[in-house]
Amino acid sequence: MEQAKFKVHRGEGSQGQDVDYTVPIEEGMVVLDAMHYIQKTASPDLAVRWNCKAAKCGSCSAEVNGKPRLMCKTRLDDFNLSEPITVRPMKSFPVIKDLACDVKWNYEVNKKIKPFTPKDDTDWIMYQRDVDRVQEFRKCIECFACQNVCHVLRDHNLKPKFAGPRFFVRVAGLEMHPLDGENRLEELRNDMGIGFCNITKCCTEVCPEDIHITDNAIIPMKERVVDKYYDPLKMLLRSLFGKK
Amino acid sequence: MATEVIEKSQNNAESFGQTQRKDLWWLEPLLYAIGLGFFIIYATWAAFQGKHYEYGPYLSPFYSPLIIVDWWHFSPAFLILWIPAGFRMTCYYYRKAYYRSYFLGPPACGVRSLSKSYTGETAFPLIFQNIHRYFLIGASVLLFFLWNDVIKAFNFNGEFGVGVGTVVLFANTFLLTMYSLSCHSLRHLIGGCKDSFKCGYQHKVYEKISCANEHHMFWAWTSLFMVGFADLYVRLCAMGVWTDMRLI
Repeated sequence: MEQAKFKVHRGEGSQGQDVDYTVPIEEGMVVLDAMHYIQKTASPDLAVRWNCKAAKCGSCSAEVNGKPRLMCKTRLDDFNLSEPITVRPMKSFPVIKDLACDVKWNYEVNKKIKPFTPKDDTDWIMYQRDVDRVQEFRKCIECFACQNVCHVLRDHNLKPKFAGPRFFVRVAGLEMHPLDGENRLEELRNDMGIGFCNITKCCTEVCPEDIHITDNAIIPMKERVVDKYYDPLKMLLRSLFGKK
Repeated sequence: MATEVIEKSQNNAESFGQTQRKDLWWLEPLLYAIGLGFFIIYATWAAFQGKHYEYGPYLSPFYSPLIIVDWWHFSPAFLILWIPAGFRMTCYYYRKAYYRSYFLGPPACGVRSLSKSYTGETAFPLIFQNIHRYFLIGASVLLFFLWNDVIKAFNFNGEFGVGVGTVVLFANTFLLTMYSLSCHSLRHLIGGCKDSFKCGYQHKVYEKISCANEHHMFWAWTSLFMVGFADLYVRLCAMGVWTDMRLI
């Protein structure tokens, strides 16, 4: 039977090392299957988060050969099996144990976003064309692969100032909602630090749900921030006519 | 199953370029750097020449519209080129390309960035990326002149004709038009700024622009190549190196 070699991160907190494992492979096997095999045979204490094994719960995010991926969606036949496959936890978040990370910072950021607030006298009728645009953002499964790969968080650790792509997607879904009456542009610029994003599109590259994070969420939000804070003509018109 | 400790934790301090990636992650930024670098060098050289920009009914796009005034003692290209240069420099697609290839911040996804301190586009000078829409307006004005040049390129001493140069100028202007139409700022100005499309026609235009926007990278590279080639074609014809072939 064909075998694959793995180097799996083991350890608690900031302490850890890569440990070698060899796993027999079958057709259609994914990285999560291999982690389960290791749990069953060599290391029952290997910590791996998972739930649906169908790329819908977003629990099994990890870095496979250095790229953020869902382990349940990463097939072994995509790799050169003559070399070991490296499996590590998400780099942008503190490691709890082995491949399990503490992602609670994301939930704290999420709580700060103003929720959906209907406009006054909303008649609750929406056009399908308006719904279609925000529907894409509802596909997010909160795997945090985008947060993990974003260099603003990963390399520069600007967590207090920068919310990250996942939450720009959420804000975009709210800001573009045809019935929402809240304005989040000030928070987007000042508290969530959208200006730190330099459009390198890594979030889009790694999104397992194929959400066009940069083109459809971040850039439209950046443009709305420009409307309010950087466009001299619009600022002049607002000061002349007092329109918000 | 045998286990073996082979490496220390990932949490050690990392240096530029450090990554666990095993693919050719460096290839894409390298190709971008070469492609953009080659174009910048050629365009700068061509702009400094100040000659060989006209041949028959053809005018190089680097010099269109041709503005010759007494008080300007440099190449007329410099009166024009700051607009498309600014448009491309502040373009959301090119930002990705040159931040990765030249600023190395980051060179590829999951690869350690070069810079230690980072302000993104919140501070001078990169905060000026936010005026992209004004360069879009300038570039759109230039497109009218470029289409006018295409019309003139069908006129050979008062007679209708089509030369290879006509096709080159047409292809160049078409690609530049598509590059402008697929712009993220245009998409915003047309309908992205609205939460609801009350007008169905506006939504249709927004959808068409969104469709073109999905291929913005394609239009960015093809138009970049073609505008350089169009200048080269006119230049080599004017220098007598190439002969323009009449098709009709």
